[in-house]
Amino acid sequence: MAINKFLVEASHIMMFARSVGDANPIYHDEDYAKETDLGGIIAPPTFAQSSAQFDPDYFLRPKIGGEGWFGSGKEASGAKPSKDSGGSGGGAAMGLHAEQHFEYHKPVKAGDILSATTKPGNSWEKESKRAGKLKFSESVTEYRNQDGELVITATGVGVQTERAVDS
Amino acid sequence: MLKENEIKVGDTHTAVLVEDLKRTQIVQYAGASGDYNPLHTDEIFTTQVAGYPSVFAHGMLSMGLTGTMLTDYVGDGALKKYGVRFTNQVWPGDTLTGKATIIEIREEDGSKVIDLMIETTNQNDIAVITGSATAAIEG
Repeated sequence: MAINKFLVEASHIMMFARSVGDANPIYHDEDYAKETDLGGIIAPPTFAQSSAQFDPDYFLRPKIGGEGWFGSGKEASGAKPSKDSGGSGGGAAMGLHAEQHFEYHKPVKAGDILSATTKPGNSWEKESKRAGKLKFSESVTEYRNQDGELVITATGVGVQTERAVDS
Repeated sequence: MLKENEIKVGDTHTAVLVEDLKRTQIVQYAGASGDYNPLHTDEIFTTQVAGYPSVFAHGMLSMGLTGTMLTDYVGDGALKKYGVRFTNQVWPGDTLTGKATIIEIREEDGSKVIDLMIETTNQNDIAVITGSATAAIEG
């Protein structure tokens, strides 16, 4: 998975911050934000996950005029999603999300244009009473800004379970 | 940003992250993050096809909610690392409480930082997220 242009925009940051219950004005009030040491609106710590919006092949988004969607419509399930596209920033594409880690090298600010590249990391297996055989796999995404500086390293761990888990 | 002379190892910060989580908030997160997996928003698909008792929150929504507690504590732009394990699913109706505990105050690359242990629990006191973070402080 590679994302060429992840446009970090103030309105997207505002909506993302709302969705995680964050009323901090640093995420939506430009006048407030420019008086802080950071000098402007910044992205909340898990915002990089929304780079999925900028991955043209992201498989957990219905495609316009595309190959169908596996959520319910007239029937309880539609078409199967294609499995060949990667998961942006995390493990969602590999089943359930088991772990997520971020390393912050520089603040991400509204107006930044990021790019991202993802590489596979380690993979391993475990037995679980609740969900059967668990297959874990790691993916590491590096986000760079418009100056080529590394801003965030994101490591996601996905897990494929044998059965649904209803804790 | 936290100041070294105002904190000590063992200090904790706790916040209620969400009360009675609504399906609509999960939809909000789907729209903002771009993760439209029907397991999170489509009750019919999730119960009838996938075999779960109901839709459930994105792990990343729980991590985002926990992140709000964390940045409210350590300040804006102070985080150096933030990592979690998703230990249990979060369902509509859940009430989540997040807690950060200072476990070490140390130096890194010539600056002062703290290491934090993080845990988010639901209304039954079951951990849904466990993790750690490192944040810059004023030395």
